[in-house]
Amino acid sequence: MSSTFDTVANIISETCDIPREKITPESHAIDDLGIDSLDFLDIAFAIDKAFGIKLPLEQWTQEVNDGKATTEQYFVLGNLCTRIDQLVAAKGA
Amino acid sequence: MRLEYFQLIDRIVALDLDARTIEMHAQVPETSTIFEGHFPGHPLMPGVLLIEAMAQTCGWLLLGLNGLARMPFLAAVKEAKLRTFVTPGQALSITGRLEHDGSGFAVTHASVRVEGKTVCEADLTFRIVPFPHPDFRTNMEEVARRIGYPLEITAHG
Repeated sequence: MSSTFDTVANIISETCDIPREKITPESHAIDDLGIDSLDFLDIAFAIDKAFGIKLPLEQWTQEVNDGKATTEQYFVLGNLCTRIDQLVAAKGA
Repeated sequence: MRLEYFQLIDRIVALDLDARTIEMHAQVPETSTIFEGHFPGHPLMPGVLLIEAMAQTCGWLLLGLNGLARMPFLAAVKEAKLRTFVTPGQALSITGRLEHDGSGFAVTHASVRVEGKTVCEADLTFRIVPFPHPDFRTNMEEVARRIGYPLEITAHG
């Protein structure tokens, strides 16, 4: 079974045509990989389907806009994968 | 249809919020200034307007699903296929289906049929945001009344 990161990295690579080897857990989706908000909708769609969850993008965006969170907390891929794992665990709880 | 006013759907035929599907009727007008240019002597319904008709159809599905609380704006068009010409006077059956309900976005699939034959289809992604102004929502309610949309619908699970 592939890891959460492998699944997410493959989704990003295929969705945004980014070489897989450039995508690391330390990559910031926006700052490092240049993914814009529209492309991120495609990624969120694929992640939602792959993991059977609903990434709370609106909540995250609101928290960043309100200064309650940084983009790094949600869009550095290692952190994103941690959030995904939490959502998957919460779904199964 | 009143193409010049971007009124691309005429009447709602069916709305099933449980199945997350919608069907609209639209009558392509016999005459329009648009046909004067597209194309002289060979009038065709522009493909971009067929896509807009599908977007409006799916937009009303999404409005029904959120109880007219937030506005869907077209964000992406994928896998659009314009299979055959659509000409003045033809009656269109436009159907939409919700494929994915995301956070602040939705993915839909739409198609248009003429006499039972699919003439175009596309996957349409929408951003769903608060109405930018109260008048905007009021205007949408006016459109809803014009097309026979069931305004009594409230937010659906």
